[in-house]
Amino acid sequence: MHLGNYLGLVHESEQELAEALRKVGAHHADEPDIFQICQLLASWSDQHVQQLKPFIKKYSEDRSSEPDKLSRTLFDEPRKGSLALMRDLHDLWLLSNEVELCWIVIYQAAMALHDKELEATCNELSGQTKRQTAWLLTRIKQSAPQSLIVAA
Amino acid sequence: MEETRDSIADIWGERTPQYENWPVRVDQRLTEEPDHWVQSACVLCSNGCGMDIGVKDNRIVGVRGRAVDRVNHGRLGPKGLHGWVANHSPDRLTKPLIRRNGKLEEATWDEAMNLIVQRSKELIEKYTSGAIGFYTSGQLMLEEYYTLGVLGKAGLGTPHMDGNTRLCTATAAAALKASFGTDGQPGSYTDIDTTDAILLVGHNMASQQTVLWMRVLDRLEGPNPPKLVVIDPRKTATAKKATVHLAPRVGTNIPVMNGLLNLIIQAGQIDESFIKAHTVNFDELKKTVAKYTPEYVQQLSDVPADQLRAAADILGSTPTLLSTALQGVYQSMQATAAAVQINNLHLIRGLIGRKGCGIYQMNGQPTAQNNRECGADGDLPGFRNWANYEHVKELGRLWNIDPDKIPHWSPPTHAMQIFRYCEQGSIKMLWIQATNPAVSMPDLARIRRILAKDDLFVVVQDAFPTETTELADVVLPTAIWGEKTGCFTNVDRTVHISHKAIDPPGESRSDFDIFLDYSRRMDFRDKDGNPLIGWKTPEECFEAWKECSRGRPCDYTGMSYAKLSEGSGIMWPCNEQYPDGAEHIYTDGVFNTSADYCETYGQDLSTGAAKPQDEYKAEDPSGRAVIHAVDYEPPHEIPDDDYPLWLTTGRVVYHFHTRTKTGRSKELNDAAPEGFVQLSAEDAGKYGITEGDWVEVVSRRGRVIEPARIGEIEPGLVFIPFHYGYWDKDDRKRAVNELTLSEWDPVSKQPHFKYAAVSIRKTDPHSIREKVLSTKDELVEVVKGVVETVKSKL
Ligand code: SF4
Repeated sequence: MHLGNYLGLVHESEQELAEALRKVGAHHADEPDIFQICQLLASWSDQHVQQLKPFIKKYSEDRSSEPDKLSRTLFDEPRKGSLALMRDLHDLWLLSNEVELCWIVIYQAAMALHDKELEATCNELSGQTKRQTAWLLTRIKQSAPQSLIVAA
Repeated sequence: MEETRDSIADIWGERTPQYENWPVRVDQRLTEEPDHWVQSACVLCSNGCGMDIGVKDNRIVGVRGRAVDRVNHGRLGPKGLHGWVANHSPDRLTKPLIRRNGKLEEATWDEAMNLIVQRSKELIEKYTSGAIGFYTSGQLMLEEYYTLGVLGKAGLGTPHMDGNTRLCTATAAAALKASFGTDGQPGSYTDIDTTDAILLVGHNMASQQTVLWMRVLDRLEGPNPPKLVVIDPRKTATAKKATVHLAPRVGTNIPVMNGLLNLIIQAGQIDESFIKAHTVNFDELKKTVAKYTPEYVQQLSDVPADQLRAAADILGSTPTLLSTALQGVYQSMQATAAAVQINNLHLIRGLIGRKGCGIYQMNGQPTAQNNRECGADGDLPGFRNWANYEHVKELGRLWNIDPDKIPHWSPPTHAMQIFRYCEQGSIKMLWIQATNPAVSMPDLARIRRILAKDDLFVVVQDAFPTETTELADVVLPTAIWGEKTGCFTNVDRTVHISHKAIDPPGESRSDFDIFLDYSRRMDFRDKDGNPLIGWKTPEECFEAWKECSRGRPCDYTGMSYAKLSEGSGIMWPCNEQYPDGAEHIYTDGVFNTSADYCETYGQDLSTGAAKPQDEYKAEDPSGRAVIHAVDYEPPHEIPDDDYPLWLTTGRVVYHFHTRTKTGRSKELNDAAPEGFVQLSAEDAGKYGITEGDWVEVVSRRGRVIEPARIGEIEPGLVFIPFHYGYWDKDDRKRAVNELTLSEWDPVSKQPHFKYAAVSIRKTDPHSIREKVLSTKDELVEVVKGVVETVKSKL
């Protein structure tokens, strides 16, 4: 059974997402909304990690040893310039989609296993992940015209 | 001097007890006998009291309330009776000013307008019209907003237009849209005359809308008085009259509202058939509020469980209910979410759309409603939905332009974001009208730094020198109320006309004429090459606006200047179906939520994420109201060891906004000449502070010094009124927004003025130490400015 593989993956991805949200929030603290909302969304991912724990205990998890290429290269150095926020939001969107997909995969497995609890948890958490993605998309749409067209 | 009553000493005047029929009482104040009277309405708060202006020799000599008007039945409050003297203030701006060599110098209208036009054209050529932003007001007239909306959206095509209404009533609009599909107040002021219970949430009506409060006081003294439930952390004049007063800790409106809803649901006091036929999402609400037991609510908010029960008893059993909300909700954490719970209360009890059952999601400013209706706040005119391309095309047809000229490619830019774009340098021209952001915005040091930037061309249109005109590159002197004709709409949808009574001083011009002049000079044209803006007078503009409003909730098509000048103000919708206006909307329980009619597809109330059109269509509520359930989120800044107290802000009865007008009336100013910090006797004792002592209040963002006023506030909380800035007194830091947070509600984008963590200590404002401290502050600002400039040059 490879469920453990995906539990490990979603565990890692949620942690990465939370960390990346906090970094981006701090890099762009001058945007009055970014810090505040990124903190909120990060707290959701923290909560997801907590809710995941009983299932990791039940099914165990495989965690890959290699650091995630994407988040390591993307968020370590604060980006500068007018495009920076746009690109950071773009990358957060990719990460949150990764998490969302993980939940979908695990949900399918939970149904096959008839694990009602895991099913319910996947449902709830993927719903919240969708809300994270939706906010990122809204904010990206708002930034795009100004940063691509108007800003020098 | 002829004065029917002393409104400074006795704010609300003599009682005229009432039930169902509010007697007339005409309040009047004259300094001389007028030779004629001119019909108007008061513009010093959102109540919109009908008034006549007394004129003698081209000067205003007094005012009287209009007995026939449905809003005030002749009454006026202290601001209305006294505020008009500002028209004749000797320091009115009378000539355009242009900054030359760092100094504002007098110029001609041609020079000033040419400069603005030349700068606009250069910027558009180089960066597109996205480099131009507008920050407008809640105090212009309907015709001015509509003209501005059209020139911004169809002429320039910039998405960057918002009003200071963002600071005061954006949440009212957001909450109405979220629940009912579009903006538009469900209530009528006549609801007060018969209702059995009134709920006031974060709304100090006694101080804010004094005339509306007279109406309530008269009910309290008449037969069958209504029960009053007041939710406010301070024991305000309003709270003192309450049957039940709940004083929650700052930022805990959600737990209290959820707790009330829970008790009412548990007691089975809901209207199941209304819920089933006319709402969606009730089960979600039931589930969410279930954990907010009175004990849990007490733990979060400090409201005693038995008091919460007492309030729920009233709200759950009353056969009719009138609710109102204002800044205690709107400028607080989870603002939209909390305001929406008030709508939920009416929905689950089926108390909406009939006599005695109203909701006023209050506006602060007199013409805020028109700003929202006409699209001067970023929304599309007529409560149209920017994300609905059919609505955009409708406007394209109406204005005879390519609909893609209208900015609909991203959400309209809200005020805080406009200032952020200015800070970053992508907005290079900011045009400000009749508002004073250098005092009224949060985090003032930052706002001043932005307005002072070299690469930001700032145009300010105002009648008075203000802290903001000081920072302008071009100042345009404007005609104000009484000096121009136009209409405006109050909180209960009553539209008034205000006729020109006197000529404006010097060379000042109406905002309307300035916008027309700009459009002409910019040569904005429609598809056929005709001038985009075809109207020349306010009345012609009103006729054009009527067409824009046709078929929308705010339908004005049945009104005209002549009809508005006949007697009382008229409520919208006013059309073939309701030729004299409709007292209530949603009378049939059908709301404006259907996908092709609604003003928004909805937002996530925690994050503000927009719901996409296809998602909304898939679950089209088709006329049913949307119930939103929200959990409590603790505030982001909470008191700690360094900043152990909560700060909250608000108003005093004698002033409006930054006192631009009210501070120029001797009587109003003498009644409340100075800011203060209000603190509890417990805290005063703890810090060794006595009444009148100077107190320094410090937050993470700045410091102010205010005299102490002790009592009538919960321990742990301090209050400072927001009216006081620097134009008339500059001896110390005193504007409360030196302290407030740059943080906003994710849905309405209204800033959180209502809370910040602060520390206090007794001080002497004129001691050497303070001088040193304040110089140090300024030094730090200068250094920061230099660093910014260096950074931006790199
Ligand atoms: S209540 Fe408001 S509108 Fe009425 S007189 Fe007072 S300030 Fe003016």
